[in-house]
Amino acid sequence: MSQGKIISNEFKLISNWIQPDSRVLDLGCGDGELLNYLIKTHNVNGYGMELDPDKTTQALGNGINVIQTDLNSYDLTYYFDEDSFDYVIMTQALQVVSRPDELLEEMLSIGKNCIITFPNFGHWRNRAQLMFGGTMPETETLPYHWFDTPNIHMCTFKDFEKLCDDKHIKVVARTVVNSEHESSLGMRIAPNLLGEVALYQIRKK
Amino acid sequence: MSITNPTVTHYLAVNQPLQLTSGATLPEYELAYETYGQLNEDKSNAILICHALSGDQHVAGIDADGKKGWWDGYIGPGKVIDTDKFFVVCSNNLGGCRGSTGPTSINPQSGKVYGPDFPIVTCKDWVQSQNLLREHFDVEQWAALIGGSMGGMQVLQWAIDFPDKVRHAIVIAAAPKLSAQNIAFNEVARRAIMSDPDFHDGRFIEHDTTPKRGLTLARMLGHLTYLSDDMMGVKFGRELREGKLQYNYEVEFQVESYLRYQGEKFATKQNFDANTYLLMTKALDYFDPAADFEHDLSKALAQATAKFLVVSFTSDWRFSPQRSHEIVKALLDNDADVSYAEVKSEHGHDAFLLPNPHYEGVFRNYMERVHRDTLAVEAQK
Repeated sequence: MSQGKIISNEFKLISNWIQPDSRVLDLGCGDGELLNYLIKTHNVNGYGMELDPDKTTQALGNGINVIQTDLNSYDLTYYFDEDSFDYVIMTQALQVVSRPDELLEEMLSIGKNCIITFPNFGHWRNRAQLMFGGTMPETETLPYHWFDTPNIHMCTFKDFEKLCDDKHIKVVARTVVNSEHESSLGMRIAPNLLGEVALYQIRKK
Repeated sequence: MSITNPTVTHYLAVNQPLQLTSGATLPEYELAYETYGQLNEDKSNAILICHALSGDQHVAGIDADGKKGWWDGYIGPGKVIDTDKFFVVCSNNLGGCRGSTGPTSINPQSGKVYGPDFPIVTCKDWVQSQNLLREHFDVEQWAALIGGSMGGMQVLQWAIDFPDKVRHAIVIAAAPKLSAQNIAFNEVARRAIMSDPDFHDGRFIEHDTTPKRGLTLARMLGHLTYLSDDMMGVKFGRELREGKLQYNYEVEFQVESYLRYQGEKFATKQNFDANTYLLMTKALDYFDPAADFEHDLSKALAQATAKFLVVSFTSDWRFSPQRSHEIVKALLDNDADVSYAEVKSEHGHDAFLLPNPHYEGVFRNYMERVHRDTLAVEAQK
C-alpha cells in the first residue's frame, strides 16, 4: 500500500472523531496535510505546530496557519489558555518528545479532547525480534536503527493506558490498526499483541 | 512586470494638516515614494513596504545614482515579493531625509530649514500619513503590509489603527515595544550626536556643517546591535590590520576598521541627516501600541483583522525571537490567523535583509497565500 493511502486511512480514522466546525490544534503538523484535510472535509479552523524548518515552510505552502516552535522548550500553556481547542491532535509524535507525560497534561489542559496516534512497541513482531533475534526491532512502523531513531520514548498500548489511568485521563475511544491503518478481528481481540498503531481519543476526567 | 530602471521617486503633496500624537500639528507635508509593478484593475494587489530606521523609499531596482534598493534581493519580477503579481509601494517616513518632509525640509512658516524644530513624529503618525498614500492610489485594502525591524512595528500599528485596510501583515524581526536595553542603546546614539560640537543644537545646516563625528559614532553603535557576536567572531575574530599589535590608539583590529568604515560611510557618503536619526530613534522608543489598551498587547491586537506572518531570526539579539513570540502569543489570544517562523541565521538583526533559503522559502510560500487571497478578492468583484 502506498504511503499516501496509509496517510489518508489515518486521516479518515481521525476525522471520524471530529465534529464539523471545530477548533483544532495539530502538534507536529508536518507539512500540514492533516489539518488541510480536516479544513476541507470538516471545515475546522486552528493551527499547526511544527519544529522542523522545512516542514514549516511546506505547511505555509499548504496555506495553513503554522507556528514553528520546539515543544520541548515552550509549554503549550504559554501559547494557549485552558480549553482553547475542541481537539488537540498529535499523530506519531508522542514517542519523540522528551517528556510525553508532561506534554499529555498540557494537551489536555488546552484541549477539550485530544487525539493521539503512536506505534505499539508491544506488537508481536517487535517482541519476536527482541526475543528470538536479540536485536532492537526494525519494522515498517519503526523503520530506524536503535542508534538513529528519533523514537526515544516507545511504549505499548498497555503502558499508555496505564499512564492514562495514573493521570486520571479518560480514554474516550480507541482504534487499533496495522501499519496500513486497517483493522481486523485479531486486532480487536488482542490489540497489544496484534495492533501496530493505535488512535486514542482522550480527555480529562 | 520588470522594474523600470532607473527608479523614480514620486511625491505626494498633502495640503491638509496632520494632527500629530505629540499634540503638535504639521500644516502640510510631502511623502516621497517609489512604486514597482502594476496596480490591477480592481486595485486589490497593492503592497506597502515599511522601511527600517535608516531605510528609505528606494526599496527595489536601481536608481539614477546606480544604487540598488535596500531590499532588492526580495522584490522584483519572480522574486519573493513578485512585481509580476503585485503593485509594490514604499514611502520614506515622515521626518526622514530622503525626500519626505523632515528636519532638512523648509518650514513654510519661517522660510528656513526645520532642523530641530521639526516636530517629533511617531509610528502612529507615519501610519496616518501613509493612509493618505493608500487613498491616493484609491486602494480599498492593502493586499499586504510588509516590514522588518522598525518597519515591522509600523506594520503592527497599521493592523491596529486601520484593521480593514490590511489583508495580510508580515512582521519581520520586530518587537511589540523596545526594551530598556534597546532604549539605552538609542540614548547613547543620541548623546553621541548631540554632544558633537558641530551639532549646534540641531541647527547644523544653518551653520553649514554636519555632526559627522557624532553620527558616525551613533551608526557604529547601531551597527553593533545589528550583528551577532558569533558573526563578528567568524567575520573578524581578533584579526589585526597590520598583522601585529602596534600598542597605540589607532585602528588595530579589523573589527574596528569595519565599524569605522560603516559609521563614516553613513555620516558622509550617504549624508544621513542627524536630526532624522534622532527623530527615528525617538519614534522607536515611543512605539508601544499596547499602551493605548491598558498595556495589554492582546487587547491592542484584538483590533486587528489581518492575517499575520511573524518571522524572527535565531541570532538576532536586538529584537530576539522571544520578542516575536510576544506578538504571536497576543495574536493567538485573539484566535487570529497567524503563522510564525523562527529562522536559523548567524547574521543577527541584519538577517532580515540577507539571503537565507529557509527565510526565502517561508516568505515565498506565504506570499503565494497573499496572492491566492488577492485573486479571491478579484473574483468577488
